[in-house]
Amino acid sequence: MQVSSHDFKARADKALHDPNLRQALSAMEKGFVSKRQAAVRDLPEFDALRDRAVEIKNHVLENLDHYLERFETQVLAQGGKVHWCASPKEARETILALLRTVEARTCTKGKSMIAEEIALNPFLAANGIEPVETDLGEYIIQLADEPPSHIIGPAVHKTKDQISDLFLEHHQKYGRTARQTDPQALVNEAREILRQKYIDADAGITGANFLIAETGSTVIVTNEGNGDLTQMLPRMHIVIASLEKIVPTIEDACTILRVLARSATGQEFSAYTTFSTGPKREADLDGPAAFHVVLLDNGRSAMIGTELQEALRCIRCGACMNHCPVYQAVGGHAYGWVYPGPIGAVLDPHFVGLEEARHLPSASTFCGRCEQVCPMRIPLPKIMRYWRQQAFERKLAPPPERMAVQLWAWLVRRPALYHFATRIAAYLLGRFGAERGYFRRLPLAGGWTRGRDMPAPSGRTFHDLWRTSGRGRGEAE
Amino acid sequence: MPKGRRVGLFVTCLVDLYRPQIGFAAVKLLEEAGCRVEVPRLQTCCGQPAYNSGDRADATAIARQVIAAFQGFDYVVAPSGSCTGMLKVHYPALFAGDAAMLEAAEDLSRRTFELISFLTDVCGLEAVEATYPGLVTYHDSCSGLRELGVKAQPRHLLQTVAGLSLTELPGAETCCGFGGTFCVKYPAISEEMTQKKAADIVASGADTLLAGDLGCLLNMAGRLSRNGARVAVRHVAEVLADQGGEPAIGEPAAKKKSRR
Repeated sequence: MQVSSHDFKARADKALHDPNLRQALSAMEKGFVSKRQAAVRDLPEFDALRDRAVEIKNHVLENLDHYLERFETQVLAQGGKVHWCASPKEARETILALLRTVEARTCTKGKSMIAEEIALNPFLAANGIEPVETDLGEYIIQLADEPPSHIIGPAVHKTKDQISDLFLEHHQKYGRTARQTDPQALVNEAREILRQKYIDADAGITGANFLIAETGSTVIVTNEGNGDLTQMLPRMHIVIASLEKIVPTIEDACTILRVLARSATGQEFSAYTTFSTGPKREADLDGPAAFHVVLLDNGRSAMIGTELQEALRCIRCGACMNHCPVYQAVGGHAYGWVYPGPIGAVLDPHFVGLEEARHLPSASTFCGRCEQVCPMRIPLPKIMRYWRQQAFERKLAPPPERMAVQLWAWLVRRPALYHFATRIAAYLLGRFGAERGYFRRLPLAGGWTRGRDMPAPSGRTFHDLWRTSGRGRGEAE
Repeated sequence: MPKGRRVGLFVTCLVDLYRPQIGFAAVKLLEEAGCRVEVPRLQTCCGQPAYNSGDRADATAIARQVIAAFQGFDYVVAPSGSCTGMLKVHYPALFAGDAAMLEAAEDLSRRTFELISFLTDVCGLEAVEATYPGLVTYHDSCSGLRELGVKAQPRHLLQTVAGLSLTELPGAETCCGFGGTFCVKYPAISEEMTQKKAADIVASGADTLLAGDLGCLLNMAGRLSRNGARVAVRHVAEVLADQGGEPAIGEPAAKKKSRR
């Protein structure tokens, strides 16, 4: 995926003026938030489960090498293979080489953010292999030739009308010439077209929500069953996953599953939870002949032991973005890379560089709602603040912005001068604003007054009044 | 020496500059609750703008200054969840590698409280003597709510104000879009958030909006004023201290009229 995070402000402005996006986002905001709230309310032990889930991931991150090696041993024992890939390039080339062994012309794909992270689809297409997205949301944005705007609802930025138009445009070649508007009819149309694609595919690629060390299993959750058809029908199943997806046991995976769907969509459980352990065995009725796990690092192991480590607990539920007022305002595409919202503001600077992504951790009010709803209790604002410090120290913000902060701090550190200066400011602003009570415009405050009035100060500072009231005498100067 | 808790009032820079009556309302409430209130003159700002801009060196220097200014008080109280959160939650984080300062920061943290929750939770205040006829709604500012757990306390005291009816604000826990320097760094996004909040406030039908943080109040009042909405905006302490008759935020000082 093309990185355009540096352009965050312009992309956000564009998003704020896109009526279709406004409509799609307002529907999303209501759906996800209220459903999660109801799901959490119905499970009194939800917070205790969160604590347990955090403990599991913390333990894994402290012992990552052990569990990854255990996982590989088990995958091998089940007849599969693990491919360790340090970089996106290595992962892409590994996948291509695997697909070549089955002379693949098409491959179906379940939803995978790692596939987005390594920009797999354009690479496969350039090498003559057609990737077919089978998750409905991913299918829609593949038709639209757009990246996902949300990690669990890739097409959440699209309205129903836009989807009707896309299907009409792209499905004519299958003899579908009627514009469907009923959601169920749209789903059925996609399902019927995808059915043949599953059968034709030479390989199926899925992501993984969990890798289980004790069994060598990979786990995906879906609501459409598309993942099952993707991995069961073709000859080869390739799982692409990043290394922090590992958990020690099935029991651990089940604990985290209990907070995952509730946090994500407000469901108790996703409709399908699929455990894949090795290729088809002799007694199995179906399944792939070959099973491969492509394990991606891409800088994650370097996060261990740093301020970023806690972000590796993320289970990609999307709750942080669903509840983020900034995401709700601008949508996912404004963030300009694979991971949007608060988790993107934390991860993207690591993956694409802080020079590129400095706006992402900066564009937050630190309202703290993301951390409040994060099932894995990732201190998202704290990590965003860490990035802001890095950006400040590396002088990445424009000089006037830095200098304004430093000049203000210089004054704040000189209380006598500060009180003198604020007394004058209060007097002047109070005098000019007294009649109306507010300012429509104010020099140097254009960022404020372009969208709101500036209430006028009452004319004298508290400290001034306190001192002259006689109350301040005898107090520590 | 008079008895009672010795409280150092952290006025906050916005209250100092914009709306001193909030500071005086705080003093009145604290004194009525039996506290002795002093206002150390060495205080200016809590340093949050530097801290949240990534300027850790200046934030740390300002924190040292505040810690020194408030030594010796039984309690430090601020009429703001955001500034209280800075002193209480974030100062210790600034001194992680400095044992002596960390201890001083943690000591300050233990003594520091947001005004309204201090009145109820520490002073045990159950009711106030105040009158405010009108339909009031309340916005939960983010830091007070999520860093300090201020939620029930202001509502509890507001229910004891004569003539006041409280109606819940839809989306009361959603950020108003202020965010300190955020609102001027990302004005377009901030305005979108503030507009949603303003619409919710108007939809609540209330004639007065209250909250516990002046930054958020200036932001919401500014948008309501720009929209021409006739909602009076005040700090919750003003109403609890029976000072609700003064011009609301953004109202002309001269006319002394009330929108209620």
